[in-house]
Amino acid sequence: MALSSILSREPLGLFGSDAGSVGAGFSDGRTGLGFSSVSGDGLSFDIRAPPNTDDEAAPESKIEFLHGTTTLAFKFQHGVIVAVDSRATAGSYIASQTVKKVIEINPYLLGTMAGGAADCSFWERLLARQCRVYELRNKERISVAAASKLLANMVYQYKGMGLSMGTMVCGWDKRGPGLYYVDSEGNRVGGDLFAVGSGSMYAYGVVDSGLRPELSVEEACELGRRAIYQATYRDAYSGGVVNLYRVHSQGWERVSQDDVLQLHQQYKAEAQD
Amino acid sequence: MLSTPMFANGGRMKEYHHSGSTECRFSPYAYNGGTVLAVAGEDFAIVASDTRLSEGYSIHSRDSPKCYKLTDTTVLGCSGFHGDCLTLTKIIDARLKMYKHSNNKSMTSGAIAAMLSTILYGRRFFPYYVYNIIGGLDEEGRGAVYSFDPVGSYQRDSYKAGGSASAMLQPLLDNQIGFKNMENVQHLPLTLEKAMQLVKDVFISAAERDVYTGDALKLCIITKEGIKEEMVPLRKD
Repeated sequence: MALSSILSREPLGLFGSDAGSVGAGFSDGRTGLGFSSVSGDGLSFDIRAPPNTDDEAAPESKIEFLHGTTTLAFKFQHGVIVAVDSRATAGSYIASQTVKKVIEINPYLLGTMAGGAADCSFWERLLARQCRVYELRNKERISVAAASKLLANMVYQYKGMGLSMGTMVCGWDKRGPGLYYVDSEGNRVGGDLFAVGSGSMYAYGVVDSGLRPELSVEEACELGRRAIYQATYRDAYSGGVVNLYRVHSQGWERVSQDDVLQLHQQYKAEAQD
Repeated sequence: MLSTPMFANGGRMKEYHHSGSTECRFSPYAYNGGTVLAVAGEDFAIVASDTRLSEGYSIHSRDSPKCYKLTDTTVLGCSGFHGDCLTLTKIIDARLKMYKHSNNKSMTSGAIAAMLSTILYGRRFFPYYVYNIIGGLDEEGRGAVYSFDPVGSYQRDSYKAGGSASAMLQPLLDNQIGFKNMENVQHLPLTLEKAMQLVKDVFISAAERDVYTGDALKLCIITKEGIKEEMVPLRKD
């Protein structure tokens, strides 16, 4: 039955223009492909209720989660610094040391990833599409506040269903540097400094002690890098490389990528001088 | 072949003596084992899988490879629950055909990877219990490997092992292909011959220590000339 509905319907239900479905057997335009083609923005996402199962071997326990992570972002006079680690764990197995936890939504907006890897990358990719639609409709760039609000409202519809996402939306708009923390519980908070993940406490300690209003670009970058490094040092679930981005008035730029092992040698050598 | 409660532990050893009450619940998932591996080189990609299909203590088949040819330049390896592997490959084949009919060209490896991610996420709340690894050539002819988790999170790698013996194989690949944790070693680029030998050696090792891996190894070698297949016997015990 699922196969027949696949072969009879356009697959890209997310664009949801026409709700008619030929012989699919689903009244609301659902296809076997897992997309709901609802009219309007087509953003409502089809949910299949999972059968009640206590099976420990079910894939829920094997999905990659990034609760074990350290991501941070802070505002300073020259923009926003975004620094993240790159480790993804599935239980106690390190699934990857090269995860890109900063998502480039568009040339002037960045989003970070913490929580469920698939949840973060999927919803932020959807956010990128929605930001582009906004640009086309309104002939101007979307503000950071509006982009973060779109994301928060999208995931709020799934509150309680098990999405796990803790993200920071960072950008530069008419009001200057913008930084919002959005999560799958429904929180959306603007601020000057956020750190998310299991290593966040270690990162807060470093950033709080070094943050000053008159930081230069190099000092701010080094502060972000050091904070993530210290978090990877003490948190078993954070590690890999430190990816550093900076958002300024012209957009974002990728500053550096440093392996934590090399940073360790570097800081150790500096401490011995 | 029904998934009786006895096999519902997902591949762990079942305890023979129960003390206390037993609750038997229907599980829509079963664990059929199997290991998949993909390696990307400068102008080639290799996707390899064992061919054993098991469930609990039984072997259902010794000739059930987990590599599926998608296009002339892309092969998908999927392990986990065989039922979901079959449905997923059917859906991908149908979507590839639709793309070809509407766009008059085959899907590129990167596009297939992005599409698979959304297909998997479409079942976020009742996931496909499948570990996917795509191997193929990108638009510039370079080898590409994309690895997925069951709900669609993916990234491009140069090598990845998935499935039951993945935790045994991945560290070995990290060392031999990624030159990790070695100092003063020359980073030589990976040749096709060395990659093939490495894949064979690595599966032979996995078959020694993982009960769900064995019987035979199927290699799909993807180059610009096309896809070549090779079968190598493994331990059958």
